[in-house]
Amino acid sequence: MDLLRFITAGSVDDGKSTLIGRLLYDTKNILADQMEAIERASKTRNAGEIDLALLTDGLRSEREQGITIDVAYKYFQTPNRKFISIDAPGHIQYTRNMVTGASNADLAIILVDARHGVVEQTRRHSLIASMLGIPHVIVAVNKMDLVGNSEDAFLEIAKSYTELAEKLSIKDLTIIPVSALNGDNIVERSEAMSWYTGETLLSVLENVNVLKDQNQEDGRFAVQYVIRPQTDELHDYRGYAGRVQSGTFKKGDAIKVLPSERESKIAKIEFGGNEIPQASVLESVTILLEDDIDISRGDMIVTVDNSPIVSQDIEALVCWMDDKKTLKPGNKYVLQHGTARSRCSIRGIEYQIDINSYEKLDEVEALKLNDVARIVLRTAQPIAYDPYQKNRANGAAILIDETSNVTVGACMIE
Amino acid sequence: MSISVNEASDIQREISERSAPDYLDQLEAEAIYIMREVAGQFERPALLFSGGKDSITLVHLAKKAFAPGKIPFPLVHVDTGHNFIEAIEYRDELAEAINAKLIVRYVEDTIKAKGLKEQTGKNASRNWLQTFTLLDTIEEFEFDACIGGARRDEEKARAKERIFSFRDEFGQWDPKRQRPELWNLFNGRIQKGENVRVFPISNWTELDVWAYLKREGIALPSIYFAHERELILRDGKLLNNTPVIEPDPEDQIVTRQVRFRTVGDMTCTAAVESAAATLDEVIAEITISRISERGETRIDDQQTEAAMEDRKKGGYF
Ligand SMILES: Nc1nc2c(ncn2[C@@H]2O[C@H](COP(=O)(O)OP(=O)(O)OP(=O)(O)O)[C@@H](O)[C@H]2O)c(=O)[nH]1
Ligand SMILES: [Mg+2]
Repeated sequence: MDLLRFITAGSVDDGKSTLIGRLLYDTKNILADQMEAIERASKTRNAGEIDLALLTDGLRSEREQGITIDVAYKYFQTPNRKFISIDAPGHIQYTRNMVTGASNADLAIILVDARHGVVEQTRRHSLIASMLGIPHVIVAVNKMDLVGNSEDAFLEIAKSYTELAEKLSIKDLTIIPVSALNGDNIVERSEAMSWYTGETLLSVLENVNVLKDQNQEDGRFAVQYVIRPQTDELHDYRGYAGRVQSGTFKKGDAIKVLPSERESKIAKIEFGGNEIPQASVLESVTILLEDDIDISRGDMIVTVDNSPIVSQDIEALVCWMDDKKTLKPGNKYVLQHGTARSRCSIRGIEYQIDINSYEKLDEVEALKLNDVARIVLRTAQPIAYDPYQKNRANGAAILIDETSNVTVGACMIE
Repeated sequence: MSISVNEASDIQREISERSAPDYLDQLEAEAIYIMREVAGQFERPALLFSGGKDSITLVHLAKKAFAPGKIPFPLVHVDTGHNFIEAIEYRDELAEAINAKLIVRYVEDTIKAKGLKEQTGKNASRNWLQTFTLLDTIEEFEFDACIGGARRDEEKARAKERIFSFRDEFGQWDPKRQRPELWNLFNGRIQKGENVRVFPISNWTELDVWAYLKREGIALPSIYFAHERELILRDGKLLNNTPVIEPDPEDQIVTRQVRFRTVGDMTCTAAVESAAATLDEVIAEITISRISERGETRIDDQQTEAAMEDRKKGGYF
């Protein structure tokens, strides 16, 4: 059985947490004692009916305020698939937590309140989903019960979202009218919306093909750790531990080490100390080479005939996440890319992206929390990268504040 | 030589026919990746080992991650003195078998040294006190990262925690100011005195752990399988009949066939009645169980709604 990771996004109170609660409830994935706990908590909060959002809103302050603050991970399964659901906060103040959840998602469900239609946070989250290259997007037009389950209301929102999606690079879009509260078109088809003939939400989740989203062409392997047992029988053993980020590697492949550009061949690939014939995307393995060359953490092993770009000058889209300090040209950070870290300095802000119109704003002096922009930076050491839209795994990087050590920027290298 | 367009689409076609990787392989690869990030990013990491199934899984994953080398960090156990003897024996045997360094620190010693007051009365437990011993041990060995076997499916506060969970110099978790954690780029940069708790099996469910133990043929302490035992029946829960549990007039002493679904302190871990004697039988029972792991077995979570969140804010795992 395979695994799908999806996130719920959209504006405050559009029903993201309720939707996840509903999905788990209708697929019989909420256990009896958890249900009792939710019932108890619903009562003390006078929620009247059972508030399924309490399944994911697990922090004290979230329950006090009735909002989501940080992402919650919930796990469930149907006979066809296993799911990791990631419930993101809608509030603008917690956008960085949404980005955290979205960065690993194969699919995003963007909720829209049928009464309000597309609002600023819908646009912001859609932009982030598209920048992060989330391959599949479902727009769930929620609270259909509050607009009389009207087909016209749905079609109007579907039309305005489709216009928005055209400006972004959303590849696979499905729009579904739902009521998370009543469970309409979530797992069961809605009787109240018999005009809707498309798939239910769960059916899309179960059938979307994520295997083909992976980059199987570019052989990339960032070295995490060098295994050197230094015992008598394994005296000369040197294994490079890492995870295949993209492509495949097999014994005999000609490889190149970056940034040193030294070449060698794969002598052996091991997993758990046993030899295996080849290693594919996302497998954590150990690679042994024919030649004894200097390799350490932060280096990258790539197939010799397919190289990433090796450069100190990088242009990237960035989501800025620091609520205390702004990003300005001249600022210095640590850039973490794969297993490599390098100091870097910001050379310039090319443009900022307006959250509502998606237009480019020129002459921006500094980026504030939640701003999205294209920046130019220079690293102290060369970085071996691929453009993010071609290779998510090797085009992603983070900026770390050198003094607070906090992660302050999410970079998608262009 | 570069791949031509036609060849590339052949590759794509072949791939779409290839079967999807199994979820257990994906979870395993992710956990091994996280372990190796710890070894690569920190100077003095440790693996917190309790003898329970989750930490047994961690040790197995660590073995695989660094084979044929040794695990590059010690196993650390905070011993409350209220552990099941079977778990302690298993711990010692495993550490010896894999030739790992084992560090044990005792809550008893912390209580004496610091003059701490123990809880008394019904359901008294050292669960809270073990935080002090843990923080002292971290300080003593200057551990900068502690790997733990917590899973997000266990509890609602854990469902919110990052895989690299930053702790300040007092070991405290601040759920409202967690660091962003993007893609698989874990940021383990800290100041001296701070540390990171790392949870490689965050994304595993209870059933995933059992399925993995079975697939890998990993041995478990005997208490995980059905056996006869003398127990205290208290408020509908079955606790091990041991002197470390303060008696209550309402207690009933009974003998039942039971197994343990989790293994924590004897004072706060309940047994479940069961005849499941093999991993297959245990898995079959858990698959149809309508009660969660902690709901069925843990007494410490049920005291208040935010018990786990509060403990974590205080430096607990
Ligand atoms: N009538 C109706 N109410 C709904 C529906 N879905 C959610 N709600 C209600 O909308 C309110 C907000 O729901 P949540 O699920 O907490 O919203 P959210 O999107 O998770 O909010 P944040 O995480 O704080 O951004 C709650 O009172 C829900 O009961 C729906 O389909 N119909
Ligand atoms: Mg919510």
